[in-house]
Amino acid sequence: MPVEIDIDHVALLARLGLTDDEKERLRVQLGAILEHAARVGEVAADDVPPTAWAIPRSNVFREDVPEPGLSQAAALANAPDAERGRFKVPRIAETGS
Amino acid sequence: MTDVCDLTGSELAEKLHAGELSAAELTESALRRAEAVDGDVKAILTPTPEVARERAQAVDDHATTGATQSPVAGIPIALKDVLATNGIRTTCGSKILENYIPPYDCTAWTRLSGAGAVLVGKTNCDEFAMGSSNENSAFGPVHNPWNLETVPGGSSGGSAAAVAAGEAVWALGTDTGGSVRQPASLCGVVGLKPTYGLISRYGLIAFASSLDTVGTCTRSVRDAAVLLGTLAGKDQRDATSLDAEVPDYLRALEDGVGGLRIGVIEGTFGEGVQPGVQDAVRTSIDRLATLGAHVDDVSLPTADHTLSAYYLIAPSEASSNLARYDGVRYGFRAEGPHSDSIAMMSATRGQGFGPEVKRRIMLGTYALSAGYYDAYYGQAQKVRTLIIRDYERAFADFDVLVSPTSPTTAFRIGERADDPLAMYLSDVFTIPANLAGVPAISVPCGLDSGGLPVGLQFTAPALGEPVLFRAARALERDLGLELRPPLLAGV
Repeated sequence: MPVEIDIDHVALLARLGLTDDEKERLRVQLGAILEHAARVGEVAADDVPPTAWAIPRSNVFREDVPEPGLSQAAALANAPDAERGRFKVPRIAETGS
Repeated sequence: MTDVCDLTGSELAEKLHAGELSAAELTESALRRAEAVDGDVKAILTPTPEVARERAQAVDDHATTGATQSPVAGIPIALKDVLATNGIRTTCGSKILENYIPPYDCTAWTRLSGAGAVLVGKTNCDEFAMGSSNENSAFGPVHNPWNLETVPGGSSGGSAAAVAAGEAVWALGTDTGGSVRQPASLCGVVGLKPTYGLISRYGLIAFASSLDTVGTCTRSVRDAAVLLGTLAGKDQRDATSLDAEVPDYLRALEDGVGGLRIGVIEGTFGEGVQPGVQDAVRTSIDRLATLGAHVDDVSLPTADHTLSAYYLIAPSEASSNLARYDGVRYGFRAEGPHSDSIAMMSATRGQGFGPEVKRRIMLGTYALSAGYYDAYYGQAQKVRTLIIRDYERAFADFDVLVSPTSPTTAFRIGERADDPLAMYLSDVFTIPANLAGVPAISVPCGLDSGGLPVGLQFTAPALGEPVLFRAARALERDLGLELRPPLLAGV
């Protein structure tokens, strides 16, 4: 059975603006892909540990030596909008009255 | 007519060292070839002729001092456009990064550049390396030099096509589920995916961090070994970079396959593998046996579930990695006015990403969302454990494994565009090596009845690149194929 997913909810989580056509196409395609992908549940028994990295490494340290970083100008050079040395975005919160 | 850009890097290094050829002449040869064919092939998104000429001149100047040169010095190379290059536009094949100019170099290029390699351009690819045909590039598809109506494979299609057509002698690609090996197979070149962590991922713009590797496209196995020797090694800027010692990859290159135990992966002659692919692969395996290898069958029992696991793990990691494209710090921002930041980000991402990237972001976001994580991502990670165990068992009995690289040769542009599941099947033989982190290489092993190249894949245990190169070289030497796309007859 194809998997039914709540496209609007997932699109909001992903911050992805979709047209109605895209939503309908994705609903059908993702349903089919997930039906196939759900087969992972058939083989993985409870006693099998998960693997996040094939070649695990942990606690990778280096000497804590200061190095030059990006200048403010270089860091802002690709910004779609900037003002007074900062990235500029539409408002993110209601302003108090 | 052949030109110097058609020779292998190893042949060219000899000529450069002997003073029979200058880096400037070699660079002009590659730039001329790109000029002649790239209008048809469309492998290169951003040509860099000025940078190339300047760097070639520097190599020639250095040569006159009599100093020893690296084997990569003066060799024209193209980089997949997901590899960050300081001051040179890096698009990831996406509208969202159409005008992005990185302020830093990826480590892979830092190493090659430091050794004198000559950058001729940034190559076209599927958007954010997601695809198997190069049709997902926001800047149009690449055309396979062997037949311009077919795909070059993907996602590193531009890199493989550029090397096949002589626009570059070498190219770097990236391989997350087969993205170097599959296009190499479809374009008739050698494609290497090394052990995970052997080449630094710093500056490889992330798709799926636990699977991504930098890989190489070359016209010989020796060239792949030479390139890896320069690229491999610990990098403090990548926490997953391996600390392993980098051996001399050329030392055992010509040792042959006498006595090697070679396992033929079950499914090699299965349903879905084209007859032309089966024939070329069967002939190659017979040759390996004749050359003294012990050949037997081997099964990877979890193989049937690798596609499922991959299409949960890779999109999950992608949905997280691609969250950074939000129209704030770099890249495209949708035209306003926007009511708030969420509206701006949603519009930016909706307009900036193409269909395949949206599909995978949605898939990954769903698989990681509350209530579904255990059933999808959690289970997929367990399957990954089983795949690693399959390889451990196989490598207890065999030194290397063989299979086709791709079940088919190059398919027609548009043929699979509307069927994502059919497209995903292109990677059925290549994905397991990414999930297990082991190295694999695709070597051309013949042409099908339509004159399109077939690739044979060798897989070795982690850090088994020396035996991988040795087996691949033995086959390459024995077959002695002269591979030249028909397109080049007219240039």
